[in-house]
Amino acid sequence: MKKTFVLEDLDCANCAAKLEHAVREIEGVISATVSFMTQKLTLEAEEKEFEKVMDKVENIIKKIEPDVTLVR
Amino acid sequence: MKHKKQLYKIILAAFLFIAAFFVPGEKMLQPALFLLSYLIVGWDVIKKACRNIKNGQIFDENFLMMLATFGAVALHEYSEAVGVMLFYQIGELFQSYAVGKSRKSVAALMDIRPDYANLKTGKEIKKVSPEEVKINDIIIIKPGERVPLDGEIIKGSSLVDTSAVTGESVPRELEKGGKIISGCVNINGVLEVRVSGTYAESTVARILDLVENSSSKKAEVEQFITRFARWYTPAVVILAVALACLPPLFLTGETFYDWMYRALTFLVISCPCALVISVPLSFFGGIGAASRQGILVKGGNYLQALSEAEIVVFDKTGTLTRGSFSVVDVHPEKISADALLRYAASAGVHSGHPVSRSIRVAYGKKIDLAEINAFEEIPAHGVSAEVGGHKVFVGSRRLLKKYSIAYPEVTAVGTVIYVAIDGEFAGWIHIADEIKPDAKSAVAALKKLGVRQTVMLTGDTKAIGKSVAAEIGLDRVYAELLPAGKVEKVEALLAEKSAAGKLVFAGDGLNDAPVLARADIGIAMGGVGSDAAVEAADVVIMTDEPSKIALAVKISRKTLRIVRENIIFSLAVKFAVLGMGAAGMATMWEAVFADVGVSVIAILNAVRALYIRR
Repeated sequence: MKKTFVLEDLDCANCAAKLEHAVREIEGVISATVSFMTQKLTLEAEEKEFEKVMDKVENIIKKIEPDVTLVR
Repeated sequence: MKHKKQLYKIILAAFLFIAAFFVPGEKMLQPALFLLSYLIVGWDVIKKACRNIKNGQIFDENFLMMLATFGAVALHEYSEAVGVMLFYQIGELFQSYAVGKSRKSVAALMDIRPDYANLKTGKEIKKVSPEEVKINDIIIIKPGERVPLDGEIIKGSSLVDTSAVTGESVPRELEKGGKIISGCVNINGVLEVRVSGTYAESTVARILDLVENSSSKKAEVEQFITRFARWYTPAVVILAVALACLPPLFLTGETFYDWMYRALTFLVISCPCALVISVPLSFFGGIGAASRQGILVKGGNYLQALSEAEIVVFDKTGTLTRGSFSVVDVHPEKISADALLRYAASAGVHSGHPVSRSIRVAYGKKIDLAEINAFEEIPAHGVSAEVGGHKVFVGSRRLLKKYSIAYPEVTAVGTVIYVAIDGEFAGWIHIADEIKPDAKSAVAALKKLGVRQTVMLTGDTKAIGKSVAAEIGLDRVYAELLPAGKVEKVEALLAEKSAAGKLVFAGDGLNDAPVLARADIGIAMGGVGSDAAVEAADVVIMTDEPSKIALAVKISRKTLRIVRENIIFSLAVKFAVLGMGAAGMATMWEAVFADVGVSVIAILNAVRALYIRR
C-alpha cells in the first residue's frame, strides 16, 4: 500500500534527508521518500503492517524533528 | 508571522551587537551587550540543540553552531561568537523565506483546484462541491469562474482561458457542442455544460495527482546529495576534533588556543545546507516551470534524464501530424479550383466521412442545401449527388471506373480524390494528413540542443512516411510498422545509443503505451485524456505541440546546469575555506561566509529554475 502524508512545518532540509533515511530503515517499509519542498512523505509498506509502521514513523519524527507534525 | 518575529529578533540582536563595538572595551558593558545579543538570536538554537541531544541526534546543525560559538566564547572571542550566531540566523531566515516563497509560487501555479460547481437541478441553481456532481448533470459556469469538471457545452459561448492547464496563453473561443476541460477559466460568457465525468476522473484531478506525486521520484543528483550530506557533517566534525587535539599534543610550540580556533572554523562549515536545500529547490522549480508551460514531468529523475536526450523518436500520426485529413492541393480541369471545391463539398455535404469533412473545411463557404438532390453514399468508393442540376461524383478512382468515366492516372503522396461532373472528369483533390505547424521547428530545436538522432515511426506507407520525414527534417523514418514493430524498433534504437544518452519517445498515447513504457522517457502528447498513456508516460504534454518537447529538454538542461553550478560552487568554497581554516588562514568570518553566504547564493541561483524564457 502506498500513501502520501503531509509533514506540517518541515522547514529543515537536512532533517528531511535524515527523516527519509530513518523511515527507510523501518521494518516493513518498501519505499519511502520525504520531499522537503512539497513537505510530503510518500510511504509504501505492507498493507498488514501499515499502522504499525506509521506508529514507528511518528516516533522517528518526534526524535529527529519534533517541530514537524504528521497529518494522518 | 514566524518570519517577522525572527526578523525583529535579528534586528534587535544586530543593533546590540553593533552597539557593543562603540562602548569602551574591558568593562562589563561590552560583554553584557554581546551576551544579550547572543541570547536573543541564539536561544532557539541552544534550545533545539539540547532537545536533539536528549533525542540522541548529535550531528545536528543547531548543536554544531552552539558548540562553535561556545568554543569562541571559551577563547574570549565574544564578537565572533555573536557574529557567527547572528549570521547563521540571518541565513536560516533567508532560507526559510526563499523556500516558502518558491513553495507558494509553485502552489499558485498549480492552483487550478476548483472550489465549487453551480449545479442546475430543474430551475434551481445550487453551489455544490465538484465531488458531488455526477455524470450527465448540468452545471452553469459564469464569467470569471474556474471550470470545475470536464464536459460538453450545451448552451452559450465564451472565451476560455486554458493557460493554467495547457500553458497556451491565447484564450480559446468555445461554443455549443464544444468540449471544455476543468481547470480552465471562463472569461466572458455564461456556459451551460453537461458533465462527462466525475471529479476524480477530471483533467484537474489528474493533473494535481500527477504534480503532487512528482516529488516522490527524486533525481539521481538529489539522492547523491542526500548520501553526501550524511557523511559530510560527521567527517568535518571528526576532522575538527582531530585538528583541535592532535597538533598541540604532537607538535612542539603549537598552542591549544590556535588549533582550537581552527577547529571551530570547521564546525561552522560543517552543515551541507547549501546543497541540501538548493538541489531539491532547483528540481522543484524546474518541474514547476515546466508545468506552467503545460509540460507535466512525473519526477525529478525524468527531468534529469530529459537533459541527456540523445535519440528522440516520434510517432507520426497525432504527434507530428494532426491525425486528420486536410486538402493539400486542388487540380481542376477546365473549371476554377473554387468551383471544383464547391461541387465536391456540395456533393458530400451529407457525408460524415473524414475526406468529405476535409473538403468542406477547405471550401470554407456556406453550402446551399436547396440545390443538392439525390445524395448517395457509395461505401468504399465515394459519394454522388446532383448539385444545381449537374450529376457529381466524388471519390476514389474505383468510383470513376465503376461508372466508366475516363480519368488520368495521378500519383501523389496521400489520398487522391477524383471529381467528375456530368460524366466527365473535372479534376482531382489531393488530401493528406496535415503536418503540425510547429513540427519542423520542433525537430530543428531538438537538433540545436544536441539531440543526435530524430526518428519517426509510422504505420503508414513508405511513400507517406518518407515525404513527411523529408519535409520535417527528420534523420530517419521507419514505415509500415504494426504496434509490435514499433516496440522492436525502439529496442533496436535503445541498443544503438551511447550508455549515457537517453532515448525519448513521443506519441499521442492512443496505441503506444507499450512503447512509452519501453523508452527511457515516454512522452504522451495531447493532455491527460487516456488513462493508459498517462500511466505509461513519464512526461505528459497538455497541448499537442511537438515543440514542447524541445522546451522540456531546455528546462531540464537549465535546471541541471543550475544544480551543477551550485554543487561545484558550494563544494569549492567549502573545501577552500576548510583548507584555509586548517592552515590557520581563515577566520570565523570566512567560515560564516562559506556556510551562510554560500547557502544564500546557491538558493538565489536555484530560484532561477522557476523562471524560463520561451
